[in-house]
Amino acid sequence: MINLASRDILHGWGKFLFTGIGLGLLIGVTLSMAGIYRGLVEDGRVLIDNSGADLWVVQQGTLGPYAEPSNLRDDVYRSIAGLPGVADTGNVAYLTMQVSHGGKEVRVMLVGFESGKPGQPGYLIAGRPVMRSHYEAVADEKTGFHIGDRVQIRRHEYEVVGLTRRMVSASGDPMIFVPLKDAQETQFLKDNDALLNERARTAANPAFNRPNVPGLLEAVQASQAQSHQVNAVLVRLTPDADAETVAANIRRWKHLQAYTKVQMDDILVAKLIATSAKQIGMFLVILSVVSAAIVAFIIYSLTMNKVREIAVLKLIGARNSTIAGMILQQALGLGMIGFIVGRIVAGLWAPVFPKYVLLLPGDALRGFIAVMIICALASVVAIRAALRIDPAEAIGG
Amino acid sequence: MKFPSRRTLAISAVIAAALGGLAWVIASQGPLAPIKVTVAQAKETTLALSVFGIGNVEARRSYNIGPSATGRVTKVLVDQGDKVTVGQLLAEMDPIDQEERMQASQAAADRAAHNVKSAEASVAEAVSRAQIAKVSADRYAELRNKNFISQEAADAKRHEANAAQAARAGAESALAAARDELRRAVADRTGTGKVRAQLRLHSPIDGVVVSRLAEPGSTLVAGETLLQVVDPASLWVRARFDQGRSGGLAVGLPAEVVLRSLSGQILHGKVERVDLVGDAVAEERIANIGFVTIPSGLTIGELAEVNIRRPLVEKTLAIPAAAVKRVGKEAGVWLLQDGSITFRPITIGAVTLEGLVQVAAGLKVGEAVIVHSSQPLSQNMRVKVVDALVRSTP
Repeated sequence: MINLASRDILHGWGKFLFTGIGLGLLIGVTLSMAGIYRGLVEDGRVLIDNSGADLWVVQQGTLGPYAEPSNLRDDVYRSIAGLPGVADTGNVAYLTMQVSHGGKEVRVMLVGFESGKPGQPGYLIAGRPVMRSHYEAVADEKTGFHIGDRVQIRRHEYEVVGLTRRMVSASGDPMIFVPLKDAQETQFLKDNDALLNERARTAANPAFNRPNVPGLLEAVQASQAQSHQVNAVLVRLTPDADAETVAANIRRWKHLQAYTKVQMDDILVAKLIATSAKQIGMFLVILSVVSAAIVAFIIYSLTMNKVREIAVLKLIGARNSTIAGMILQQALGLGMIGFIVGRIVAGLWAPVFPKYVLLLPGDALRGFIAVMIICALASVVAIRAALRIDPAEAIGG
Repeated sequence: MKFPSRRTLAISAVIAAALGGLAWVIASQGPLAPIKVTVAQAKETTLALSVFGIGNVEARRSYNIGPSATGRVTKVLVDQGDKVTVGQLLAEMDPIDQEERMQASQAAADRAAHNVKSAEASVAEAVSRAQIAKVSADRYAELRNKNFISQEAADAKRHEANAAQAARAGAESALAAARDELRRAVADRTGTGKVRAQLRLHSPIDGVVVSRLAEPGSTLVAGETLLQVVDPASLWVRARFDQGRSGGLAVGLPAEVVLRSLSGQILHGKVERVDLVGDAVAEERIANIGFVTIPSGLTIGELAEVNIRRPLVEKTLAIPAAAVKRVGKEAGVWLLQDGSITFRPITIGAVTLEGLVQVAAGLKVGEAVIVHSSQPLSQNMRVKVVDALVRSTP
């Protein structure tokens, strides 16, 4: 018994192959879209994991530090460090900003961290950690910076000493890690013009510039230029501590907001990126439906092109099951080629995307099953059409 | 045996390519792909430890010169940048009525001097009178002894002599009082002169004027600064060091200073003072670094980076700082042994600014540790050692 499907494919294999590749590109797009969706969610999650924290302590009544602005005094950590269950605390400052280097603008999230405390990058792919207490930076590779580059951030120049991978903000901007004091200065110290204007404004205020109180104006101006603020305190817990208990303790007695990992995940994934994730998800659904329709049309038209051959088969007495099997096998074969090509191209172009594309094996498996089901369903329509063909067509005009 | 046709070969090639591609995707991107790492051997080396801080150029001794009483500035004789010598007149405050007061007290002193002279004359007169009266009284007493005159006449003369003597004592007292008055008037004049002199502002040192904060005509309250004079030989850098990394900071250590205006140039200096009181709010320690030779054109307040060289640590076990990872609260390294990786906690010693970490305990010479990795590491991961994870700077 010869396999009719493979004989037929071999008969016109070029056409079959190119149809399969075309289909594959479409499946590749769909898989990439799924990857983009996964990447978006992953960007939110990776921020939580990379910070190395178990608790986020932020300004009372805010969803900080990623979803809302939050400001704390930088000595707050001392009162938190003494609470039961707290193993380690780290001050962090976050600021999303534009950094230009070599004529190119890069959008980055500037992270101020304390060496050896939660909040610093967990691993490097090149270079060394920040060793000086000022003017050194560890950048994510997505920034395009290299080791030894000198990058101007506001008032100072920083030397890139190390590179990280997958250190991004919730919106996918690569991070630059600098010492906390530098980040505080970047965030809260104004530019020269603003400083001068602020000094003049204070000097013009008669409450601060009193002729019989020398030194008052200087004192007021000095206090205005200080920055002892951070955006969050990251807390690492002792192994036996319960995160929710410690968080409740901080909320109740320290009058600050504290989030556990689960809550932070909810804030980032369910609140911060919810709309854009839904947007991509919606598009993914439409793309899947369109892909399924196109696959069905292709298989249907492939079958309809063979009306004469099927009629001949019927004429020579082929059974219906033989014909149906042929069409089904061809459809599944087409689906198989399409999936393989799609998975390969998705893998090839994924790293070129500016934002992270996460191709999960589970998604690929689901995609494969979906492709096979769609192919099988589409072939049913084609089989019904084929079985209705009049054998007389083989000899008729 | 039938030789495979060209068509069969072509189809086989396409199928092989597709399967190969799929296999490549699975092997390089899927969960089965090994993690790329770079490794380094723990080795004995000499560590150059240093402490890094930033600070500003300041003058060790800076003099704020201003009036000690509220008043108006009349003259400012020097400007910013002028070199001044000790005792040089720098500025004058408005004396208002001080000149007239001086004249008045001078006049009072002169008058007191005249009064002394007149009192001296009175004393001379009284002395003369007393002498004459005594001689006369003595003569009358002799005549009375010989009974030439009456007792009454002799007594009257005696009385005259006593009165003249008393008048003399009175004149002498008046002279002493006049002298006292003269001393008082002279002291008064000197005091007024000192108050007047106080309004002239002089330089306390040989130095340079660094700021001129008021102009003639403006009124300053007591204690406000009019001019600032510093000793240019006392310029140094007041630097701040992160408490956590300031171990080993000590007086006398050599330091390298980079000024912001001369960022390519390393200036040499040494730690001259480590402040006993640090900044509790900023969590920083403060040390002052003097220059070996003070560069010309140094401006006060300029930002400077300071690198203090601590004594070398000879022959010690060290690994790259990037190799130190944290698992929970423990610092340690991922060891690469026979292709598999294990985490081992280590005790970290000193750290250099160039990115080397001294291993105090937990590692032996020659053991391979993972420095960089393409993903966070965990137990039982498959790793592939490469030279570098990213291409170096083009």
